[in-house]
Amino acid sequence: MSGCSDCSSCNSATVVEFPGSRSALKTVAVIGPPNSGKTTLFNRLTGLHQKVANFPGVTVEQHTGIAALPDGRTVQLIDLPGVYSLLPRSEDEQVAHDVLNGLRADTAKPEAVLLVLDSTNMARHLMLAAPILALGLPTLVILNMADDLRNRGGRVDLEKLSAELGAPVALISARRGQGVDQVFDFLAGAMSKPLPRELPILQDVPKCRQWAGHVGSQAAYRAPAPPKWTRRLDSVFLHPIAGPLLFLVVVVGIFQAIFTVAVPSQVAVDWLIQHSGNWVASVLPEGLFKSLVIEGVWKGVGSVVVFLPQILLLFLFIGILEDSGYLARAALIADRTMAKVGLQGKSFIPLLSAHACAVPAIMSTRTIENKRDRIATILIAPFMTCSARLPVYLLIIGAFIPNRPLLGRFLSSGAAAMLGLYLLGFLMAVLTARVLKSSILKSGRTPFLLEMPSYRWPTLTSLGLRLLDRGKVFLVRAGTIILLVSVLLWGALHLPYTNGHAPEIANSVAGTIGRTIEPVIRPLGFNWKIGIGLISAVFSRETIIATLGTIYGMDKESPGLQAAIHHDLTMGGAVALLVFFAFAMQCVSTIAVVRRETGGWKWPILQFSYMTVVAYLGAFAAFHLIR
Amino acid sequence: MQLSVNCDLPEPLAMSLMDLRRGDAAILDGIDLPTDDARRLMELGFLPGTQITAGRSAPGGDPQVFQVDGSEIALRRETAKRMTVRRKKTAKLDPSSRA
Repeated sequence: MSGCSDCSSCNSATVVEFPGSRSALKTVAVIGPPNSGKTTLFNRLTGLHQKVANFPGVTVEQHTGIAALPDGRTVQLIDLPGVYSLLPRSEDEQVAHDVLNGLRADTAKPEAVLLVLDSTNMARHLMLAAPILALGLPTLVILNMADDLRNRGGRVDLEKLSAELGAPVALISARRGQGVDQVFDFLAGAMSKPLPRELPILQDVPKCRQWAGHVGSQAAYRAPAPPKWTRRLDSVFLHPIAGPLLFLVVVVGIFQAIFTVAVPSQVAVDWLIQHSGNWVASVLPEGLFKSLVIEGVWKGVGSVVVFLPQILLLFLFIGILEDSGYLARAALIADRTMAKVGLQGKSFIPLLSAHACAVPAIMSTRTIENKRDRIATILIAPFMTCSARLPVYLLIIGAFIPNRPLLGRFLSSGAAAMLGLYLLGFLMAVLTARVLKSSILKSGRTPFLLEMPSYRWPTLTSLGLRLLDRGKVFLVRAGTIILLVSVLLWGALHLPYTNGHAPEIANSVAGTIGRTIEPVIRPLGFNWKIGIGLISAVFSRETIIATLGTIYGMDKESPGLQAAIHHDLTMGGAVALLVFFAFAMQCVSTIAVVRRETGGWKWPILQFSYMTVVAYLGAFAAFHLIR
Repeated sequence: MQLSVNCDLPEPLAMSLMDLRRGDAAILDGIDLPTDDARRLMELGFLPGTQITAGRSAPGGDPQVFQVDGSEIALRRETAKRMTVRRKKTAKLDPSSRA
């Protein structure tokens, strides 16, 4: 064992000064390895007082929250990403390292640390204690999952452990809330710097592990028996035959639920938006402002908010899968298939849910720790046929492809065309993934590692907070960037305003743009009217139906619209339009969510350009091949 | 330890994690991967000298779960085959397990 060779901070002052109650909040970082229950504890401590944002410039999400102490004071908590060490190699580790060392300008340097470790795996998790204690910040070492430890016959002498580490130790169960008061006591009390008996050389992993083992044995740590229930459940969920079958049941169940169960709730939200819009319309005076509020804000933001039930439902399922521990098993089963296109098992669920909507799918890529795999998954997700494409497909297919039986009663030509479009999107996603993973997002030889956590019952609190968190993130976006784009698009469609009336759509700004871009889209078989439709579809894909309806002066439901489109498009043009919709990234919400999740404009711009080029070339080819 | 020559059995010179069947236990000898990757594996418990037990796997045997240092970690074949192991002395040769 080596001495305190890496602990240069020991020389600095030993008294930690806290700002008095008058000044800024005391900031405390929460850190721990993945699967240590760090986030569960964070949720316990802060409850609803949380804020989510990205650390500027990186994909790492920053959770901050306020913990109210029993004496009425408050402490700001920062939930750092789950890491095994503080060596800055991955983005997560870089952020954790920088925040703890006060190197990030956007985050206050924490004055204390809550180190969360899994007590059932204490010896290994203690390895993270070495670099944390070496920071010299007041630290509470929290041994989580005390209930598991006890039930499985493990034990540890807390006093001896505390003496070895030179820091206070608390044995808690964040899930059940046992012992959490000790954490509050630490936050409220006078914190002092840790004085560990000895620390290993931090760069030397075997030495660190040896040190952790030594500390564990000094503290009379007895590791718990292997998790009996986890082994039993795995004998079913990872059974060579039953495993894949159950996997299919889970996957099909989620897919079905997102598609069918979400529809009534979506109808309800739609109804709410429409009726609230009608009410607002009845209150506002006629004129430009009313049009802006109703046609721009209400319809624009409403067309996005409508996805909220789907998003919440998907996150409910993902929450259950992740918290129960099944998600790791599902990723294991799906890994080999996904590896064929250069991705990994954890990309499967996001790509599946992208068939309902790319927005929650992209939000759910968060479960993929490997950043390159995560970005690749985000970039290909919008190629999957989402539910917003369906109305457009139905309209065009209905107008151009006569519904003849192909395979008796089983497959009509319309359904075959629809299936073909699903396949088209899927194939382009696979192709794109291959290209990305063999070029700019090559994972190199970074090994794929997947930790299998023990199975646990998901708790309602954790699921509820997760839904609230995701819902909030989504609505905030709808209220900001999507609101802005909605207003801009409204302006394009309703200006210039003359004599108190909106112009004919042909004479509006959008109409002018439509005519301007006509030379560009003519090779695809589209005229300026379709052009306006395409511009309005940037909003969200199905908007093109309402826009075309307005242009042709038809009710969007009537067969008249189909006939009118038939008049303006050749068969080749119709197929080109379908191909264009299959490939193009016409969805403000998706662009906004990609920007958020990737922490900048680089990826969404690249993705939008790439998908537009692919859509253009695809449509061009379709138009010239079919004509 | 690593220098000693094993002349008991004509086993293949280098056996990798990939060669373990479910339930087999072995001692990790070395990791033939770039330093950073080896470090990451070591942080998860794959330290030379540690006992590793092969667990269940995805259909087709890839990736496979390994029990190591109190947790279960799944590795792909391509990674497992770069990790050399030696068999643990079998239980029947170990007098302490009989007592």
